[in-house]
Amino acid sequence: MIDFAASRSRQEPRGAIDPMSDELFAELSWLPRAPGDFSERCKALIGSEGPQGERVRALASYALDENKLNRLAKVINALRASPGAIHPLAPFRLGITSNATTHYLVSPLIATAARHGIALECIEGKFDQSAQEALDPASAINRARPDAVLLALDYRGLPLRSMPGDAAGASQAIAAALEQLDAIRNGFRANGDAICILQTLARPVETSLGSLDLALPGTPRHLVDGFNRRLVERLGGSQDFLLDVAGLAESVGLAEWHDPTLWNIGKIPFANRFLPVYADFVCRLIAALRGKSRRCLVLDLDNTLWGGVIGDDGLPGIVLGQGDATGEAFLNVQRTALELRERGVVLAVCSKNDDETAREPFRNHPEMLLREHHVAIFQANWNDKATNIRAIAEALSLGLESMVLLDDSPMERGLVREILPEVAVPELPDDPALYARTMLAAGYFEAVTFSAEDQRRADIYQENALHIALKESATGIDDYLRSLGMTIHFRPFDPLGRSRIAQLINKSNQFNLTTRRYSEAQIARLENDPAFFTLQVRLTDSFGDNGMICAVICARNQQDWQIDTWLMSCRVLGRMVEHAVLEEIVRNARLQGIRRLIGTYLPTQRNKLVEEHYGRLGFDLLERADDGATRWELAVDKYLARNPPITVAQS
Amino acid sequence: MEDGILTKLTEVFRDVFADDSLVLSREMSATDIDGWDSLAHITLMLSVQRAFHVRLSASETSQLQNVGALIDLLHSKQGH
Repeated sequence: MIDFAASRSRQEPRGAIDPMSDELFAELSWLPRAPGDFSERCKALIGSEGPQGERVRALASYALDENKLNRLAKVINALRASPGAIHPLAPFRLGITSNATTHYLVSPLIATAARHGIALECIEGKFDQSAQEALDPASAINRARPDAVLLALDYRGLPLRSMPGDAAGASQAIAAALEQLDAIRNGFRANGDAICILQTLARPVETSLGSLDLALPGTPRHLVDGFNRRLVERLGGSQDFLLDVAGLAESVGLAEWHDPTLWNIGKIPFANRFLPVYADFVCRLIAALRGKSRRCLVLDLDNTLWGGVIGDDGLPGIVLGQGDATGEAFLNVQRTALELRERGVVLAVCSKNDDETAREPFRNHPEMLLREHHVAIFQANWNDKATNIRAIAEALSLGLESMVLLDDSPMERGLVREILPEVAVPELPDDPALYARTMLAAGYFEAVTFSAEDQRRADIYQENALHIALKESATGIDDYLRSLGMTIHFRPFDPLGRSRIAQLINKSNQFNLTTRRYSEAQIARLENDPAFFTLQVRLTDSFGDNGMICAVICARNQQDWQIDTWLMSCRVLGRMVEHAVLEEIVRNARLQGIRRLIGTYLPTQRNKLVEEHYGRLGFDLLERADDGATRWELAVDKYLARNPPITVAQS
Repeated sequence: MEDGILTKLTEVFRDVFADDSLVLSREMSATDIDGWDSLAHITLMLSVQRAFHVRLSASETSQLQNVGALIDLLHSKQGH
């Protein structure tokens, strides 16, 4: 079973990029799309008072194409001219040398570096003069004393001429190319005191003998493969680092990566539309060198680690496990999280749920791969996620810039990005089968070394699924809610909504005051009965249509309305929707001469969440029964409007 | 048809040259726009190809004399 409201909203197009296509990397699909006023926001940075580093980083954290990166790089270069303006980005000076054109790399690198917290300065070597740049102590790169030099070499500029069948010649050619590289590396170390970043070669698309190329020494494929392998061996134990451009080019598709027209026009080494992702690959490596890789993965639960809502669907109802395509997709998310943990990433949970309910699958679901002992901090409560993530970071003694949040809900992602911009929150496609790929493509956990200590790191953080108390709630949430542009639609029960109302009434457990179940036939009878006031409620926001998210039934008893049923989808919790609903009930009550609303809370194992629902809404307690059931009243003429940030649609 | 090309082309030029006040005319050439050198020309041509979903060859992009010639080229590419 799937959360009804959630499954509805999934069907609405949100304009997101579909990472199933080869655009996952080219479009940086894990980043939010750039806003329409991007260039205005760039301009506003120039001439602003004080340090602008955080605002620059925020702009860099959108999915920017080549032109937008160029535009932002101009702003960064202008800011760099005034001291302190780029604070708190960490300075890094990068030399770039190549046997291909590097001009187009520079601005994308500068803008992308800001995304990773780096204020990058680039020094370009002369075209195809890597050796001279390295060996001449007075070369532009050496004089600049860079932190690192990027050797962006292309196979077309190396002495790797095709010689099919000539094993000895091929071996010599590879050795000669590597010796060239050694001379360059040694030169930069001796003359510039710089480490080098060396690229693997993206092999050409064109084949010579077909599949045999792989086996036959001297074919282009064999030469490039041999070069890459020996380059990797050579770098082991050295102070230099590897940038796996070959791996990136294979991931996006070699035929897409190599553009012969561009090479012919200007020795441009790869198709420009991959500049943004190439720059991100370089900058995540630089960030890792500066110790800025992320260290903790915070996981949402419902519809992120399993399909469905544990609080409503129960243990047998959630979708997880082999034999079902969706269940396997969620297993894959869990497997990925476990693999990250094995290489030193700390796992935490942050979910809007009751603690006991949320832990149940970890304890009792046979298909779960993740168990409580894998999780360092386990935050399942009804507080906002920004507050929880801040508490998790503090408990782990990690900075917010070490955190990544994986969450299927665009609203939660937006909220955390807004309140805690330091936290990385990947955009996710609709299909859970692509969650893991999308998150991993973002490269949050880039490492430049891997030690035995890393393997143990997750254990060092005492994996006891600790629940920690929250100190104070995050501020700024009201502004965020206003920015969502929420519109609420009220209608009485009608035949059109009937089956969905029935579904909600028979399935909702958590935000359900009385948990009374009614059949479709019973619901139909309410539609035109003057003794009942009913509401079906839909909510739309800037992310799309959330579908029907609430149903209310009030029964008339002289001048009272007894609220027989009030339930809501947990997806819209924390958005003041209940206040808007109450306002609508009160408005109608006044029209119909009702004096009093009587609310009832009937406790179940699942609905502790709404124990204080009526109290929070300003109702007064009438009585409390031994079993915990409560009755509440609200005098309609004493109701104080709360003005929630939600527009009521006029029907 | 041509107006549509001009509007879209103006957006591309503004994007590439980071100048939101730039106004294009058929007669304009590289000397009229700040920063339109041979390197920027390649970026411009790539952006044009992306925006108009066309592929231009090296000889086509190197022969363009002014904005008008580019509009005509795009017109012929889109004109099936």
